[in-house]
Amino acid sequence: MSTATDSRVATFPFPFAHDTYRYSTNVEPAGGRVVTAAGGWGEHVVDVDERYLTELAERDRILAADPTRFQALPHMEIAQWDAMLAIMRSLSASYPRTMSLERDGGLWRWTNHALDLEQAFVHGERATLPEPPLRFIGRQIQEDVVLLDQREGQLWGDAGLVTFAADWSLRFDVGMSFLQIHGPVPRIHTEGVITRAQSFLMRLESGQQFRRTNWTLTVDGRLDTSTETYPEWGRDRRTLADGPLAEVGERLHLRVEVQHLIRLGASGAIMFLVRTHMLPFTDIALVPAWAQRLHSVLSELPDDMAEYKGITRIRQPGIDWLADCRTRSGS
Amino acid sequence: MLVVGSLSDLTDDVRHLRLVDPGGAALPAYAPGSHVVLECGVGPDGLPRRNAYSLTGSGVEPDSYALSVRRDDTGRGGSRWIHALSLGDSVEVSRPRSAFAPVSTARHHVLVAGGIGVTPILSHARAAVRWGRSFEVHYVFRGGDGPHLDDLINLCGNSLQTYRGSSELWSTLAPALLDRPLGTHLYTCGPAPLIDEVHDRARAAGWPPQRIHHEHFGIAALEPGTAFTVRLRSTGADVEVPSGTSLLDALEQHGVAVPNLCRQGVCGECRVPVAAGAVAHRDLYLTEDEKAAGDCVMPCVSRAEGPRLELEL
Ligand code: FES
Repeated sequence: MSTATDSRVATFPFPFAHDTYRYSTNVEPAGGRVVTAAGGWGEHVVDVDERYLTELAERDRILAADPTRFQALPHMEIAQWDAMLAIMRSLSASYPRTMSLERDGGLWRWTNHALDLEQAFVHGERATLPEPPLRFIGRQIQEDVVLLDQREGQLWGDAGLVTFAADWSLRFDVGMSFLQIHGPVPRIHTEGVITRAQSFLMRLESGQQFRRTNWTLTVDGRLDTSTETYPEWGRDRRTLADGPLAEVGERLHLRVEVQHLIRLGASGAIMFLVRTHMLPFTDIALVPAWAQRLHSVLSELPDDMAEYKGITRIRQPGIDWLADCRTRSGS
Repeated sequence: MLVVGSLSDLTDDVRHLRLVDPGGAALPAYAPGSHVVLECGVGPDGLPRRNAYSLTGSGVEPDSYALSVRRDDTGRGGSRWIHALSLGDSVEVSRPRSAFAPVSTARHHVLVAGGIGVTPILSHARAAVRWGRSFEVHYVFRGGDGPHLDDLINLCGNSLQTYRGSSELWSTLAPALLDRPLGTHLYTCGPAPLIDEVHDRARAAGWPPQRIHHEHFGIAALEPGTAFTVRLRSTGADVEVPSGTSLLDALEQHGVAVPNLCRQGVCGECRVPVAAGAVAHRDLYLTEDEKAAGDCVMPCVSRAEGPRLELEL
């Protein structure tokens, strides 16, 4: 095992606590370390790891090709400033050697040594930044960001910078309510999970931070599987399903989102940070407890949920590969 | 925990306090119109007294939480406790909670304040100036100068109108309600009759309910209400709730623990499902739809509409 693989496995947020999976409002306070069979994760709200520069370059490439990955309705100006400061504070608290935020009266100074970047700005003054605040800071973190405005007893997805979306699109969803955005999720409305999640979020107090995980499967470790680029990646599912079983372990990835939910201050908006982690099945198999649990979750998952996650075609090859791998290691 | 960083008297009975972090740390920012819950000593029942107070700042990167408290000599004692505080005293303060925030998509904001109800309106006005929002303030108060009048004059200039009584207010506000642009939102904080009248007149002038907002204060002065009986589903036990005793108090005296925080109908912590019977909702937490559904109650302030109520407890 290489060191990179080593640390990737050790810090992977393996999401399954049980042998079956159902949607739930699985939120917990942010910041605590979660111990896994291979290591642990979860100390930092905004997480910088060894893929920092690679993923930021990927984000810039996607953003340059499609500037609509950044969206901000005009009334989200204050929320953008709030989000930028909250992210800067989080980074400088977690990585004091490389990041710092200083304030001298009305003048703020942001330093990011990892990018060799220094920026002075005046809070609320657009002209003091090279680009919109959310875009500016969003290009310095590996997380996708969505900002939700709270009004009329609902939450509205009114701004964001999303380049690593799993089968959805910020451009299509911007301006929609939280319930509309989650509209197509099977079972969810009948089980009230989304409505409960929304009431929970709407009650968060200033500065409160929670987190949850979500997961799916992705072929070839591709970060950008947004609706817009479907023509580029949709085919991968078929070639995986029709291809040799031996290739599945390298190509198929368990994709886990660590989502942080943070109540911002002056705007009262909710910030969603979504960090995507991916691990190929070959690496999952390095941790036998994970391989076994993933096998049972995928086998048991009801069809409508598999359909919603977009894994109808690729889950069976995944199940087969895991079963095959167990037989091989058992013999 | 915060400490009193400065004190001043705004009028005969209104005191202004700035609460700061003892170590000088920055405090969490908050949305305009937010309130904090203060622990104001211990009441006669031996339980901490908790009162909610609006913050008067803009909420942007605050170095203190400022609030203004009118002494109420007939109240439960919370305001007198605050008036007895000295510089440097410590106070238990909750995180700011937002229940009266400006609507970010509004084209124009009409802010109406009555008396000490000016506190969240001042917060809105500060933020509106800070971010260049279109707004106007209508401030009605009795006798002398209203609290924070000078602050509002400095902030608002021509966007401020002041009145010495209800008829003065309505001679200006009534026509204003008829001609403000579509997409205007209306916010009122003050005594209940003012809130009710603004609401009723705005509805009559064609304002949809989603554009009318209000923040009560002096919730502690709720009517004592009539006595009723509550049945607990799980055990079938009946609990009597006398006039002047809250449903929450009655449940607790009966040994039923209900999570709670504000005991004022604002925080949403004490929500209990209702199995049968009509609820007289008096809280500020549930939405109008939730109240209409009638399947839950905030027992810290709300009561039965009739003689009986049955709870899923
Ligand atoms: S205790 Fe806060 S709403 Fe009842």
